[in-house]
Amino acid sequence: MAGIERYGSYVPFFRLTRAALGGGKGERAVASYDEDSASMAVEAAREALRGSEGGVDTLLFSTTSPPYAEKLNAATVAAALQLEEGVCALDLGGSSRTGLSSLLAALDLASSGRRVLATTADVVVGAPSGPREAAGGDAAAAFVVGSDDGIARLIGRGATTREVLDVWRTEQMPFARQWEDRFGAEVFEPLVQATVDEALEDAGCEMKDLARVVADGTNPRVLKSFAKKARLSPEQIGADPSMRIGRAGAAAAGLGLAAALDEAKPGDKILVFCAADGVDAAVFEVTSSVDQGRPRHSVGSWIDSKRSDLAYTSYLKWREILPFEPPRRPDPDRPAAPPMQRAERWKFAFVGSRCGNCDSVNLPPQRVCVVCQAVDQMTAEPSADAECRVATYTIDRLAYSLQPPIVAAVVDFTNGGRFNCQLTDVDPDSVGIGDELEMTFRRFFTAGGVHNYFWKARPKR
Amino acid sequence: MASKGICDRVAIVGMGCTRFGEHWDRSAADLLVDAAQEAYASAGVEADQVDAYWLGTMGSGISGLTAAEPLKIQYKPVTRLENMCATGSEAIRNAAYAVASGAYDLVVAMGVEKLKDSGYSGLVGNAPPGDGTESGMTAPANFSLLAPAYAEKYGVELETLRDVLSKIAYKNHYNGARNQKAQFQREVPLDVINASPKVAGMLGIMDCSGVSDGAAAAVICRAEDAHKYNAKPIFIKALSFVAGPAEGAKRQDYDFTTFPEVVASAKDAYEQAGIEDPREQISMAEVHDCFTPTELVLMEDLGFSPRGKAWQDTLDGRFDLKGAQPVNPDGGLKSFGHPIGASGLRMMYEMWLQLRGEAGERQIDSPKLGLTHNLGGGPGRAVSFVSVVGL
Repeated sequence: MAGIERYGSYVPFFRLTRAALGGGKGERAVASYDEDSASMAVEAAREALRGSEGGVDTLLFSTTSPPYAEKLNAATVAAALQLEEGVCALDLGGSSRTGLSSLLAALDLASSGRRVLATTADVVVGAPSGPREAAGGDAAAAFVVGSDDGIARLIGRGATTREVLDVWRTEQMPFARQWEDRFGAEVFEPLVQATVDEALEDAGCEMKDLARVVADGTNPRVLKSFAKKARLSPEQIGADPSMRIGRAGAAAAGLGLAAALDEAKPGDKILVFCAADGVDAAVFEVTSSVDQGRPRHSVGSWIDSKRSDLAYTSYLKWREILPFEPPRRPDPDRPAAPPMQRAERWKFAFVGSRCGNCDSVNLPPQRVCVVCQAVDQMTAEPSADAECRVATYTIDRLAYSLQPPIVAAVVDFTNGGRFNCQLTDVDPDSVGIGDELEMTFRRFFTAGGVHNYFWKARPKR
Repeated sequence: MASKGICDRVAIVGMGCTRFGEHWDRSAADLLVDAAQEAYASAGVEADQVDAYWLGTMGSGISGLTAAEPLKIQYKPVTRLENMCATGSEAIRNAAYAVASGAYDLVVAMGVEKLKDSGYSGLVGNAPPGDGTESGMTAPANFSLLAPAYAEKYGVELETLRDVLSKIAYKNHYNGARNQKAQFQREVPLDVINASPKVAGMLGIMDCSGVSDGAAAAVICRAEDAHKYNAKPIFIKALSFVAGPAEGAKRQDYDFTTFPEVVASAKDAYEQAGIEDPREQISMAEVHDCFTPTELVLMEDLGFSPRGKAWQDTLDGRFDLKGAQPVNPDGGLKSFGHPIGASGLRMMYEMWLQLRGEAGERQIDSPKLGLTHNLGGGPGRAVSFVSVVGL
């Protein structure tokens, strides 16, 4: 069969407390005003690919909140990750089950010899004051899948597809709707049972053999009754990310699986299922190399790194639900296709240049070296993962932002080079000269229907 | 190789300048007519005597038609130019070199900007189609980087530095309060300056120059012809302009306490004018005080104060109207206002008045050499202009 070689996750910095939403416990993760499903998929994939050798043949990007309805979002993800141009890239969507379905499809592709990067991310938006708004969350997960066992080998699977009006949204509807949950429970409870049984039988194991069960789906009733009927122990259920940051749509099952892998020991068996428009279920067996495939950030560390003081009105502005007074400044210009194409490696992958004559790093890439003025002696200098620090900074209260005030920093890179940029995911009161930063891929704004992606720096999370 | 300069070969024989401010009732065309008429009258010339025109404007029009149409210039060359906030000074420089070359005998340099019609706050750029990676940093944010860097490098307490910046704003408003053409003709108490709402870093509203409309113009000829037009012309001793390679924005060794472009243009100008000790030889200066820390740093870049000492000189009153070396006697960008294309000419207008003894309440006691300094861009990425003029 095939297995997961490496994985990564991403949870954005901001939380909206349910108290701020009008009541309830806990909080949901919120993609910042400068993030979307594609940018978050990039962050999770960078985690998964860091330290990985060799390229990938196929890139899958699964989401129910694609930034573009038409235009390959996976191409943006591929560009940001500097994947080889020969990669086969697909956008997948249509159901929050698509995240787990695409991981299983990736494993199928892997067993025929392809190395696949399966990414999934979602920005879950519900109608204001509704249950989807409160219970949703924003996050991403990514898996590198290959034909070897990797760190977790697929040992069993099951699937059911069911035409049922559970969660739905047309292009004209700003928010998804969901049919009454008691109806959903009636439909999904037997489907989950049957599909999980199928996967366990395929894996040749029983419920009690499982170290972890990652249960995901559109209907919390179904998940609760499954856990009860299966008599899952608290250890088997573990710390479910959906309970801590909300259910991250298509990314929820992947995020749960990543959290399970964060804590897994060799030999552990993990069941993951997602109940939406049917059920997908898979059983993985963790291998002895699990420690080598873990990312820098665990799901838990992402969740703990946060800012929870987001106002509900800010959230509604970020998601373009609440109209507001524009700044007394011109609207930003739509970026133009030819300049974007010429600057593709800089804009999407933050690749600068290094002078072959004096070894200086030039950001953005230059033809004439800023230090020695040598002409056309440059080589590419990938800088997205380079160490960098705050050289100096200022708080800009005049510049327009959906998260004012802007912190603008002069960023110096350890390997050379300087770049001025905005900091994001930052508390203006806690920035200091010398602070460690990391670059992050963001959607700066959307103008004329064009999403403008580029890089910012954020305090190290 | 340094520029050769045109010391004492070119004269200004007439100038005009509108009041700067919110001219809701006047277009850029109106402002140009006002400034040009005043300049013609000042030089005692008629429009048809002028051979060629240079018009500086950053965004209030394109092409020479911006001036030719409202002024009804009769089929003569009009060059429209732009060099960020140093645009007005560039009009003077190019016009002066044209008469020095002998190609024309009498020319006009003028500048105009109509900033208030846009309805936006601050400056609005007009960028070509781009890749969307341009920095969105505002001008005050950019210049605010100077203040903490200066304090750190020279061991000045931030509270002391705040006093220095407030002193600069206070001084320029004090001077502007004595100028009928300034945008803000009011003294502003130090406690109001200190308490003004924060804009960027440690800069408040009262650390920023005024956004305004305005125009100014100069009539220029060769030195030997000057007295034909005016009994008391002023003479150009030096004109220097520098565009930097913007390395401060890319090199880690730039420390935000200086503008290398200003240092280079000042050195060039002093060589052209034969000035060895600007602190002693320059009687007065109009400098580009777009934000208060800019003026502080400029005092050192222009050689008026030793490195690390401008803050002390400022507090000691050296640059006050009655000080040893008055700076921005007309109120500067801070109080006179900053209509981009007109500002460089407005600086020269104050030199014109002061050198001719026409500055009224602001008159400096027998000035010999005056300097104008005009900057575009910001720390790390700038253009700089320096002129020296005298009798």
